[in-house]
Amino acid sequence: MTRYRVAVHIVPRKGILDPQGKAVADALHALGFAAVGDVRVGRHLVLDLDAKDEGDASQRVRAMCDKLLANPVTEDYELAGVTVA
Amino acid sequence: MKFGIITFPGSNCDEDAYNAVTQSLGATGIRLWHKDHDLQGVDVVILPGGFSYGDYLRAGAIARFSPIMREVVAHAERGGPVLGICNGFQIACEAHLLPGALLRNASLQFVSETVTLRVENADTRFTNRYVGGQLLRIPVAHGDGRFTIDLEGLKELEGEGQVVFRYSDATGDTTDAANPNGSLDNIAGIVNKQGNVLGMMPHPERAVDALLGSDDGLALFESMLAAVAA
Repeated sequence: MTRYRVAVHIVPRKGILDPQGKAVADALHALGFAAVGDVRVGRHLVLDLDAKDEGDASQRVRAMCDKLLANPVTEDYELAGVTVA
Repeated sequence: MKFGIITFPGSNCDEDAYNAVTQSLGATGIRLWHKDHDLQGVDVVILPGGFSYGDYLRAGAIARFSPIMREVVAHAERGGPVLGICNGFQIACEAHLLPGALLRNASLQFVSETVTLRVENADTRFTNRYVGGQLLRIPVAHGDGRFTIDLEGLKELEGEGQVVFRYSDATGDTTDAANPNGSLDNIAGIVNKQGNVLGMMPHPERAVDALLGSDDGLALFESMLAAVAA
């Protein structure tokens, strides 16, 4: 077993109104960042866990996302990195 | 008839629900703790409002895995009535007792006000003491009350008469202005397909006596009493 560090991005699914993202986009536009289009505000989680290898670590974190970390009705998640902790 | 009211760490409407059941309705209330493994033979389970587990991660996401929720899900699967109010609605969705999800209010602001609800379905075990189209004055107090579901799920809810309450104006029109949180189609409360689990963002337990400003919520508790006694 090796200790891995896995980062996860969880964001509101496309097509679901994200008022936080919209507020941030509006603020950026007001500050002159006119090039900004869509903004979505989500969560970034960093988990340390023991696993056999990188694939095992990813699989375990996906199971966690499916069960608890992300809401399958409204959110998408992606693993943003798996490294040895 | 016994109502079980579950207290999670962070619940804050459990006492109001207990008082509504015991004082206003005159039924028996049983206080249940989230770590309990036994519903003590209650006929109805109430998941009260509040901020269970500080709303960490998502509202209701962690409470859903409290030990007692296993018993609540089993109770619901046996056809036992479950009433989820506000945070209890969020917990019921997270526990897959109800479809859909509750997201941050579209305004990004916490809303605390008395709203008008239109009764969409008076033929449920939670609403049989109302009449269809009746308008109720019931308070809301939440930051994450925007009901969301995919199009297919929405069609199913509509088709099966599962939408029980909608936010409306004083004349019964379900306008955007009357929608306090941006909920899809002004949906304020739904039942599951079997009709034994109701989730609603407004607080009927805070509207059980004219002294509180409204007693329009009392008939919801009377409906459950009538349904279980039947």
